[in-house]
Amino acid sequence: MSDQPDNGRRQFLSRGTAATAAVAVAPGVLLYDFARARPPAEPASSAVRWGLLIDTTRCDSGCDACVSACREENALPLPLKPTDPQWIRKVELTQEGTGRKVSLPMMCQHCAEPPCVDVCPTGASFKRADGIVLVDKHRCIGCRYCMMACPYKARSFVHEPVEDHSGATPRGQGTVESCTLCVHRVDEGRAPACVDACSREGHRALLFGNLNDPDSAISQRLRSVASVKLRADLNLDPGLSYVGL
Amino acid sequence: MRRMAGLLLFLAALTGAAAAVPMPELDVGQGGHCVNDPQVMRQNHMKFLYQQRDETVRLGIRGGKYSLAGCVDCHASKVNHSVLGSDRNFCQGCHTYAAVKIDCFECHSSKPRALSAVQREGGHP
Repeated sequence: MSDQPDNGRRQFLSRGTAATAAVAVAPGVLLYDFARARPPAEPASSAVRWGLLIDTTRCDSGCDACVSACREENALPLPLKPTDPQWIRKVELTQEGTGRKVSLPMMCQHCAEPPCVDVCPTGASFKRADGIVLVDKHRCIGCRYCMMACPYKARSFVHEPVEDHSGATPRGQGTVESCTLCVHRVDEGRAPACVDACSREGHRALLFGNLNDPDSAISQRLRSVASVKLRADLNLDPGLSYVGL
Repeated sequence: MRRMAGLLLFLAALTGAAAAVPMPELDVGQGGHCVNDPQVMRQNHMKFLYQQRDETVRLGIRGGKYSLAGCVDCHASKVNHSVLGSDRNFCQGCHTYAAVKIDCFECHSSKPRALSAVQREGGHP
């Protein structure tokens, strides 16, 4: 009997190793969700649902690192007119009566029940298996129904011809676009550009991760702090949550 | 024998006709081994690109061999670093010849990406 391997002990040890791999590499930098990035040839799976937790108590009203990081990553032009594309914008809120001020980034909320997908007549607006809501610009006819349907005003229409193609996301005139949650980075096992920029600034107001994994940093934090979904009354089940609103 | 001579004449006429049609003179850029046989690519590149495009955008499958950026990386002209610009440039040259509108580059870059590690080793990105 004694030559039989002690499987219980082995499993315990291997679990211990996995847990070590998942701890913080440096303060604020967690490898937890990305340690198990899927191979590039595999399709995105619904076992994962990507989400963001935005801690407005850590968000500095004078900082727009997330906005400029997004612009740089995706080669977006500086918004000069109200109709120019904005994938992420900083919003300042003041509570009536008390005068309490809150600063927060607003972008596509990556809903589980996205109204932009419901209204799209061509199937260009779609939700990927891992919960990221995207526009397939090959199918987009620029009708802008999705922009009307989105309660978060998260989508933009590209009015002008695109000259700068150096960005990670192909963009073109006559199509609608919005935050892609930096899907190209997520597929490489990296966090979105805004999240990295916020960490670099030392604010760490943005936490990215897999909502379907109860052990992920984002799930643990969602369990431990009070957070809200924007316009929760619409029952769209956004992938983004906000703390401190 | 007479029939044979006729056939030969016919073949010669065909070859002459083919030579008379002006073929596009393309600047293939870096060139080298393509991801598939060049004749297969000439005939089917659009199908391969469509297939992979949908798999990548909608399913999130990355790293397939028929990448548009991969075409550009190898075939951008060494003169203007693009696959567009004149009727000698790789994509534009052939598309003008075939009178097929090319709209890939209204959104995608017609210039090569920075050299990746894979490319430096001579492989395809």
